[in-house]
Amino acid sequence: MAIPLDQILIQTVTGLVNGMVLALVASGLTLIFGIMDVVNFAHGDLVMLGAFVGATTVATTGNFWLGLLIAAVVIGVFGALLQVTTLRPLLGRDPLTTILATFGISLVLQKYAIWQWGPSARQIVEPVSGQFPLFYLQYPWYRILTALLSGAIIGALYLFLKFGKYGIWIRATMQDRVMATAMGIPVPLVHTGVFAIGAAMAAASGVLFGPLGGVTQNMGFDFTLRAFIVVVVGGMGNLGGSILAAIFISLIEAYASLVVSPAQSVIVSFVALILTLLFRPTGLFVPTPK
Amino acid sequence: MLLRLEDIQTYYGKSHILHGVSLEVQPGEVVGLLGRNGVGKSTTMKTIAGIVRPAGGRVLFEGKDVAGMPPYKLAHLGIAWVPEDRRVFRLLTVLENLRTGLERPGVTEQRKRALLDKVYTYFPVLGERREQAAGTLSGGEQQMLAIARAMMLEPKIILLDEPTEGLMPRMVSQIKDIVHRLCGDGVAILLVEQNVPLTLDATSRCYIMEKGAVQHHAPSADLKANHAVIRQYLGV
Repeated sequence: MAIPLDQILIQTVTGLVNGMVLALVASGLTLIFGIMDVVNFAHGDLVMLGAFVGATTVATTGNFWLGLLIAAVVIGVFGALLQVTTLRPLLGRDPLTTILATFGISLVLQKYAIWQWGPSARQIVEPVSGQFPLFYLQYPWYRILTALLSGAIIGALYLFLKFGKYGIWIRATMQDRVMATAMGIPVPLVHTGVFAIGAAMAAASGVLFGPLGGVTQNMGFDFTLRAFIVVVVGGMGNLGGSILAAIFISLIEAYASLVVSPAQSVIVSFVALILTLLFRPTGLFVPTPK
Repeated sequence: MLLRLEDIQTYYGKSHILHGVSLEVQPGEVVGLLGRNGVGKSTTMKTIAGIVRPAGGRVLFEGKDVAGMPPYKLAHLGIAWVPEDRRVFRLLTVLENLRTGLERPGVTEQRKRALLDKVYTYFPVLGERREQAAGTLSGGEQQMLAIARAMMLEPKIILLDEPTEGLMPRMVSQIKDIVHRLCGDGVAILLVEQNVPLTLDATSRCYIMEKGAVQHHAPSADLKANHAVIRQYLGV
């Protein structure tokens, strides 16, 4: 069965767009893992909470950009509080305790969302409504915009990590927590700050994704799962690897949906996950350790 | 008195490592800590730096009990730790490694510049390689970076753990020079070394540890003259 070239190109665009939003979620998750060794199973629920805060703000003010900003700030502050109250006391314990704790947080946040916003899905009105022709399709400009914005936020994160004063603190803490604190870096504060940044990025991706998929209280699980696959495939704690892996996973899913149904195409990312764990457990985009 | 340890008891889990270590360092003094492997020298250093928390005893720094304080606060007070395995931030550049100690509250841009200039004068090779990743430096250069990084904290005392381990003789004599220069700057040093002649040369007094406690204490000149003590505790 031959697949027409135009379909392949359309799926390439779709894969890249989905990959950028996923990369935004995954880079927060991998940053948190890299610095605290905490696998945050509530990360997707921060995406969900951000989407709800954004949806409420957009509905009230009619301004999408204000919704994006407020969601990022509110969830960033909320993430900082969450880290101080639940994860800081568990730091350095068995990884299982933090996995259980974040899983518990995930359940609480989902129930909170039902209580606060009800079970029905919310929509966020997209700020840009135009479309452009892409072969036989009318492709929405908003999808392109989400990819560009995600890229811009990730780029800003990179510049901050590379050149900012606190960026050096974060990178030093990632490499050697003990030596960082001995050099006068307030590591507990760095942990809280990184969790807040990760949470704010999750919230931003929730708002960006809102117009595409709707906002529901159980949307978080899918994000957690996919971001988790990306973080493992990209190499735990490796920011660049996670971004490449997010694009890679989204592209192979997009191509797979040419042959099988989109629901079945998710399987290929699990296959990628299993193959990575079997043959390159340090991640696809990390040089093999010597 | 700059630093005073009183009857420090430290555990790793259930194993009792330090059984009542007591020692003192005066401002600007270079003091040696000798002993065979595994007697608790590095643990003593880590306890002073706040990396491990003592279960008993007092760590007095400038008269204040600092035991149990987080390491970053101790670093701000003026305690710098140079661990035995150097622990440079391998993926950070040389300059970024140095900057980790510079971004403290109350350090002006001018002061930062002056501190960097000073370490580049002490260690010209670090100036030449400031943009290079620390992990690509040689062992000796990494040791220099570890010491230079500690100097960024403008410390009152540097805890120098096995600085010459695995280094070429030329590097060893450079490290010795640096210890002298730091001492000249008024920085106190607590030096742990396997190289006994170097330690006796560089220090004014030495503590000798065995089984997690200080067993002997003498001026370095006396220890140099009296080999029996060294042989008894260190077997060299």
